[in-house]
Amino acid sequence: MSQPQRRAVINLYKTLLHLGKDWPQGYELFRTRLHRVFMKNSGEQDPEKIKMMVKHGEFVVKEIEALYMLKKYRAMKRRYYDEN
Amino acid sequence: MSRVLVGVKRVIDYAVKVRVKPDKTGVVTDGVKHSMNPFDEIAVEEAVKMKEKKIASEVIAVSCGPAQAQETLRTALAMGADRAIHVEVTGPAYDTLQPLHVAKILAKLSKDEKADIVIVGKQAIDDDSNQTAQMTAALLDWPQATFASKVEKTGDGLTVTREIDGGLEVIKTKLPAVVSADLRLNEPRYATLPNIMKAKKKPLKKVTPKDLGVDIAPRIKVVSVEDPPVRQAGAVVPDVDALVAKLKEGGHI
Repeated sequence: MSQPQRRAVINLYKTLLHLGKDWPQGYELFRTRLHRVFMKNSGEQDPEKIKMMVKHGEFVVKEIEALYMLKKYRAMKRRYYDEN
Repeated sequence: MSRVLVGVKRVIDYAVKVRVKPDKTGVVTDGVKHSMNPFDEIAVEEAVKMKEKKIASEVIAVSCGPAQAQETLRTALAMGADRAIHVEVTGPAYDTLQPLHVAKILAKLSKDEKADIVIVGKQAIDDDSNQTAQMTAALLDWPQATFASKVEKTGDGLTVTREIDGGLEVIKTKLPAVVSADLRLNEPRYATLPNIMKAKKKPLKKVTPKDLGVDIAPRIKVVSVEDPPVRQAGAVVPDVDALVAKLKEGGHI
C-alpha cells in the first residue's frame, strides 16, 4: 500500500473509533465490529479497490454523524415539543 | 462586525437515565456520562455560522462549573469557537449555582469582552430553568430575542423569528442583544477528531466568580429532589359497558 493511502486508512479507522465512543449499544461492540471489518479487508492490494473502500468508509462516517444528530434531535423533540 | 459570546453548560448526557440520590439532595452525577447541553450546541453552531457569514468577528465560549467544564469548552472550540473562558465554580458552590448567578457572570463577561451578541441555549436539559438568557438581558438592559428559530442580520440589528405558542413571531432588535436558541434554529455540527485536536491549541482562560466581582451565594434552597411518579399499569376491560362504567367512575365522561 502506498504511504498516503496507508495514512488515509489509519485516519479513517481513528475517526470511526472516535465516533464509536457515542455508539448507543456501547463502545466495545462498535470497536470489535469495526476491527473485524478492517481486518477482513487488510489483505487488499489493489489501490483502486482500497480507494473505493476508503470512500465508502467516509460515507459511513457521514451517516453515523447524521444518525447521532437525528437521534438527539428526536429525543429533544419528544421531551419538549410533543404535546400528546 | 460583532463579537459573540456563547454560554455553554456541561450536563448529564441526554441519553443517560438520570437517577435520584437516596438522600434526595440531588441526582447521581459521579461516573455518569456528561456532554454539552443540546440547546447550547445549537447556540454554538449559530455563533459559528455568524462567523462564517462574516457577521461576527470572534466567538467566545463561556462555561461556569468545575474543572470538567473545560471538556465542554473544548467541544465548543472544536465546533469553531475562537477562544474560551472557564469560570471556575466547584464543590458545594456549584451545587447551589443558579441561573441568576450565571446571568450575572455572563453580563459581567459581556461587558469585559465588549460582546455585541450573547447567545445561549433556551434552557439546560438538567434543571430546565429557562431563565439565563432573560436574566442576562435584564441585567445588561439589552433587548432579548428568546426561543429563536431563525436569526438574520438586517441593517445594524437582528431580525429574529421566535417560536411562540401556536406559531411564530418575527421581531427586530438593535444590537447589542441577547438571543436564546430553540431546537429548530439549526443543525449543530459534530466535533470531529481533527478539530478536537486543533481545539487543544486554542486559548482557554480561567477566572473565578470572585475575580469578576460576582456574589454566588445561593438565593434558593433545594428542599428535596424526587423521582417523577411512576406510570400506573392499565387494565383490560371485558366489554363496552364495563369501559363506560370505568370512565364514569374516573369522572372522564
